[in-house]
Amino acid sequence: MGIHARLRATWKRAVQTARLCCGVPDYDAYVRHLREHHPERTVPSYAEFFRERQEARYKGGGGRCC
Amino acid sequence: MHSATVKPSPAAKILWVAIAIVGAWCLGVVALRRGEPINAIWLVAASLCVFLIGYRFYGKFIEHSVLRLDPTRAPPSVLRNDGLDYVPTDKWVVFGHHFAAIAGAGPLVGPVLAAQMGYLPGTMWILFGVVFAGAVQDFMILGLSLRRDGRSLGHMLREELGPVPGLVAMIGVLVLMMIVLAVLALVVVKALTHSPWGTFTVAATIPIALLMGAYLRWLRPGRILEVSVIGLALLLLSIWAGRFVAGSDTLGPIFDLDAKALAWWLIGYGFCASVLPVWLLLAPRDYLSTFLKIGTIALLALAIFLAAPMLQMPAVTRFIDGTGPVFQGNLFPFLFITIACGAVSGWHSIIASGTTPKLLANEGQARLVGYGGMLCEAFVAIMALVAAVSLHPGVYFAMNAPGALIGTTAEHAAQVISQWGFVVTPDALVQTAKDVGEQSILSRAGGAPTLAVGMAQLLHNIIPGEGMMAFWYHYAILFEALFILTTVDAGTRVGRFMIQEIAGLIHKPLQASESWAGNLLATAICVGLWGYFLYQGAVDPLGGINTLWPLFGIANQMLAAIALMLATVVVVKLKRERYVWVPGIPAIWLITCTLAAGYEKLVGPISFTAAADKYAAALAGGQMLAPAKTAAAMQQIVTNNRVDMAMTAIFMALVVAMTLFCLNALARAWRTNHPTAHEEPYVALAATQH
Repeated sequence: MGIHARLRATWKRAVQTARLCCGVPDYDAYVRHLREHHPERTVPSYAEFFRERQEARYKGGGGRCC
Repeated sequence: MHSATVKPSPAAKILWVAIAIVGAWCLGVVALRRGEPINAIWLVAASLCVFLIGYRFYGKFIEHSVLRLDPTRAPPSVLRNDGLDYVPTDKWVVFGHHFAAIAGAGPLVGPVLAAQMGYLPGTMWILFGVVFAGAVQDFMILGLSLRRDGRSLGHMLREELGPVPGLVAMIGVLVLMMIVLAVLALVVVKALTHSPWGTFTVAATIPIALLMGAYLRWLRPGRILEVSVIGLALLLLSIWAGRFVAGSDTLGPIFDLDAKALAWWLIGYGFCASVLPVWLLLAPRDYLSTFLKIGTIALLALAIFLAAPMLQMPAVTRFIDGTGPVFQGNLFPFLFITIACGAVSGWHSIIASGTTPKLLANEGQARLVGYGGMLCEAFVAIMALVAAVSLHPGVYFAMNAPGALIGTTAEHAAQVISQWGFVVTPDALVQTAKDVGEQSILSRAGGAPTLAVGMAQLLHNIIPGEGMMAFWYHYAILFEALFILTTVDAGTRVGRFMIQEIAGLIHKPLQASESWAGNLLATAICVGLWGYFLYQGAVDPLGGINTLWPLFGIANQMLAAIALMLATVVVVKLKRERYVWVPGIPAIWLITCTLAAGYEKLVGPISFTAAADKYAAALAGGQMLAPAKTAAAMQQIVTNNRVDMAMTAIFMALVVAMTLFCLNALARAWRTNHPTAHEEPYVALAATQH
């Protein structure tokens, strides 16, 4: 793997971490999951996906630490 | 990676021996050097060595012998993969997420308060506590949840102990949450009292968040990083502008508020923030505070390494005898409940059985996330301690002792603190306040301002500049206030859902989260519960933190004791009795500490009972005791202390009840000669990969 590709992979992982910290899981993984297991469902756009996750994050349960 | 089966190489052996020797040497310097100040680097290096050894040896021992985690076993993320909640995720991504979820204000406040006893007691408790209790709790609860489809702590308690203990523990969690929210909100009140600069910058986060919310909703949906950079730029701008607002004759007084007014504003704000749609205010602030938190923790670490400050506080002060001004009570048990987060925090058991077990792609990664994540939090606690003890002790005590002891003028405070043996001049106190751009630094207990002054001095050492110290101080205040307020908003929402669920048992329609009546009512109840304790802290004669922090510590350690007891029961249920001491000893220690602290807060000279009686007797005699000026205020202080007595009694009763439930379950599991734990059946990871 070239240095460029490696940097891109690291950046992608950093973005993934940052988004997950805010309760937004990986969109690509979700789309892949839908295509593989639920081909009959429509794939939401990233904006729709984001909104749904944003609502879900504050629906109670766990929360965060003091 | 799974080197239990692989013999360590000679190089690895030499490396670990070297780490052990360096660690022992540094610890020796920290513990034994007396009379001359030592450098913070010793303390930091000793901690890092202890963490590495704990992670490599004790963590691994728990992984292989106690939990017997199995890398060939399919975790919940694989078995129930839904692409949303259950997703096999890269281990470093999970680590980042887990750390961001567990790192809160707790490890920044407790160690600062405990610094009144010197740096040694706090350091020792953080190091031993995290290796043998805190990280064990987080890791074991994560391990248990991994084997149970990622179930929550409450669910596991119900399953392994029965429905009644599960319900008792959940009531404990709800009450704990109200105390957490109140005490954290009080930290913000203490930091912002009569600080127009600080109040303006914190208030500015509201319009900034609204702007970010609108941007994320309509302009660039879901672009969290982008909008956070914009938000951060606006925040820094508001810190810069705060100086002029504070100096202005027209705007300054608007933001110059006393503790009571701030408490009311926070209560009102908490109500609005948790009723409004999340995308508008709560979520954008959450993003901003998450990134700011991680960034600032990294900045603090960098500052400590670069500035390498000398520790000015003695290793052990005279206040280990229980007469300390910041919190009352002897080293045992009060040190162990004052530093909760950072050494062992019950709240983590909720996170470790929340989203994290649903994301781990392999059981073999649980040690990194569970045990390692908690070690990182302990490191944050160590850094907070370093920031506090590298301050001049006179400044530290001036900031953290209540007004009832040191008065309200720099002259009087300097005189009292010098008598305690920490010689300081009034000029030094006035100059510190001036440096950070405040009118006064006296009696700002709560950790945030002390940490902010400490951080400001550290950062100022690295990046000097005229007026920069005031900027850094307000940056640190803003950073803590921002993520505390996010916790308060999110916690209020969670509390609201819990209350709505309970209300639903009485009147079904109230349960629907779309019901406006149910929503408003439950939010009002939730805000009312923590708001009561917040207001009580704002009018407390000893400054509030002094009273409420022990209550919070008792509650948090109570939850940790419950989590560790669950782990103990499960270890026996799995018929691994020879390892029962791993979660058992820390559980016994926490039960002892919470009950001892609870007892002292109920009976004796430092109890809530004594405080209530003192004010009641004065009231009966027609006297007024400061800070109360009216009979009604006196009566309120009496009532507040009585409520605190009741809370302490409730927590103690919860601990005792849970201990009995666990002993009962232990006895039954011990007699049974086959495993009875409720683990999900084994599925090979290889079998799921097609």
